[in-house]
Amino acid sequence: MTFPAPLRSTGARAAYALGVGALLVVWMLPLLGVAITSLRPEEALARGEVWAWPRELAWDNYATVFRTSHIGRLIANSFAVTLASVAGALACATLAGHALAKHDFRGRHLLLAIFVGGNLVPFQTLMLPVRDLMLALGLYDTRWALIVFHVAFQTGFCTLFMRNFIRELPDELLEAARLEGASEWAVLRHVVLPLVRPALAGVAVLVFTFVWNDYFWSLVLVQSEDVRPLTAGLQTLRGMWQTSWSLVSAASIVAALAPVTMFFLMQQHLIAGLTYGARRDTDRA
Amino acid sequence: MSKPAGASAASTLALLAPATVLFATFVLHPIADNVWLSLHDWDGAGAKSWVGLGNYRELAGDRTFAIALANNLRWLLLYALAPPLGLTLALLLCRTARGMRLVRSLFFMPFVISQVVVGLMFAWFFNGRFGLFDHLLRAAGLAPAALLEGDQAIYGLVLAGLWPQVAYCMILYLTGIATLRADLVEAARLDGAGGWALLRHVVLPQLRPVHFIAVMVCTVSALRSFDLVMVMTGGGPHRSSSVLASYLYEQVFTSGRYGYGAALATVLLALMSGIIVTLLWRLLRAERR
Repeated sequence: MTFPAPLRSTGARAAYALGVGALLVVWMLPLLGVAITSLRPEEALARGEVWAWPRELAWDNYATVFRTSHIGRLIANSFAVTLASVAGALACATLAGHALAKHDFRGRHLLLAIFVGGNLVPFQTLMLPVRDLMLALGLYDTRWALIVFHVAFQTGFCTLFMRNFIRELPDELLEAARLEGASEWAVLRHVVLPLVRPALAGVAVLVFTFVWNDYFWSLVLVQSEDVRPLTAGLQTLRGMWQTSWSLVSAASIVAALAPVTMFFLMQQHLIAGLTYGARRDTDRA
Repeated sequence: MSKPAGASAASTLALLAPATVLFATFVLHPIADNVWLSLHDWDGAGAKSWVGLGNYRELAGDRTFAIALANNLRWLLLYALAPPLGLTLALLLCRTARGMRLVRSLFFMPFVISQVVVGLMFAWFFNGRFGLFDHLLRAAGLAPAALLEGDQAIYGLVLAGLWPQVAYCMILYLTGIATLRADLVEAARLDGAGGWALLRHVVLPQLRPVHFIAVMVCTVSALRSFDLVMVMTGGGPHRSSSVLASYLYEQVFTSGRYGYGAALATVLLALMSGIIVTLLWRLLRAERR
């Protein structure tokens, strides 16, 4: 028997379904409100028709968003920064994670602790020095400033994740390859990598979500609309469309689209990553 | 763990180099650099002038700093609601029934949406003129609140923040519940435990690691709060909804007081360091076992 005990009667099951459905609607109200507003014609909003079900759906609002703003550019920037950051963080973390998991050297626990601890430092503590550094390197106000910083920062927790996963692989497997004369690089490439694909997927989707949704560094490290990612650009659009809530809403929905799609496609991996540590330890073996 | 035959010290170094160099340059060194900056007066461009602890002494008498600190504490206290609320949702939604997987995903969705978008949604929701929140208050015969326009704006911000935070706690607890030990639950049932007794004496104790993680992530996000403040109120009205992160951003980029901002950032780090130390201590203890 499992927890919780199953509902036996049809009545109980129906009541449960109804209750959950009602709660779901309440839970989703803020999102539903914005979704409906994004489809409401400007004129209806102006007439004060704010919360009633719209009589006609203005899909046109979305076309207007793309036609009258540089949102396409912002989306391209977000994709460029996010995908490059995911690739960079995965590469760094896999290399370091492998060394921390399968190489025996002094201070490896300390190094791991530093990676994890550094990851919890508030962004604002890093803000001024990182900004100065990017200015000095000539990267300020380019996509590279964001990519380099995100790779460096995300590498912290990704390394922990990859290291824990690689550690579970049996040593004999690596040993056998080494005895056959495989270089460390070949061991990593041909033995370890194929076995840690699920971990890579988990880390990739987590980093994608974090970087796509980042707002702080998009404010601090870039300022031109040409390189600005969608989260920061959204604020500019909001200023531009001050009273056009339907356009602001449509743009918000567009901004939420990529991480939400990613979530539904990679749900298992994302949740496995986010809840890492919430599983009882015995289940991991 | 044995030292593998083929792993040379050189290969260890090469593997560690990219991650370590990047992390040291862009995360570790900046922490020290920020403390150094906080001991200076600086406008961001000219020469830095040494003021020692002057910036910190000024903090002691800064009213907005006190407001921001108090708001961070309010945020922290109210975020303590997220774990029990998340647990409640998880207990409600952990059943297997048709469509439950999708329902759970929808409940979790707020967490994957950017806080900027969450902020826009709630700014709209709480808007005094046409927001649904005041619409419902009026329908219930109550006075509209215009929550974000008055002194209680901070509570509107935290409420918006709780939405994704409860979702995250829910998913943590759902994972915990899915890995409960069936044999213990079974044994307790045979002993006649059901409902509350089962929850209190068998389920909740087994979820202890989850309680710990949930409290930690809530504390970290409460101290990190920034996006919602910037998007929903900008710290206003009259700075009443400022938090440390937004106040220091304002000091640096609006008032050009880089050294003072760095001092505020150091305070924020000091607040966070309690959590960092706790987590690292646990990590190292688990490794040594």
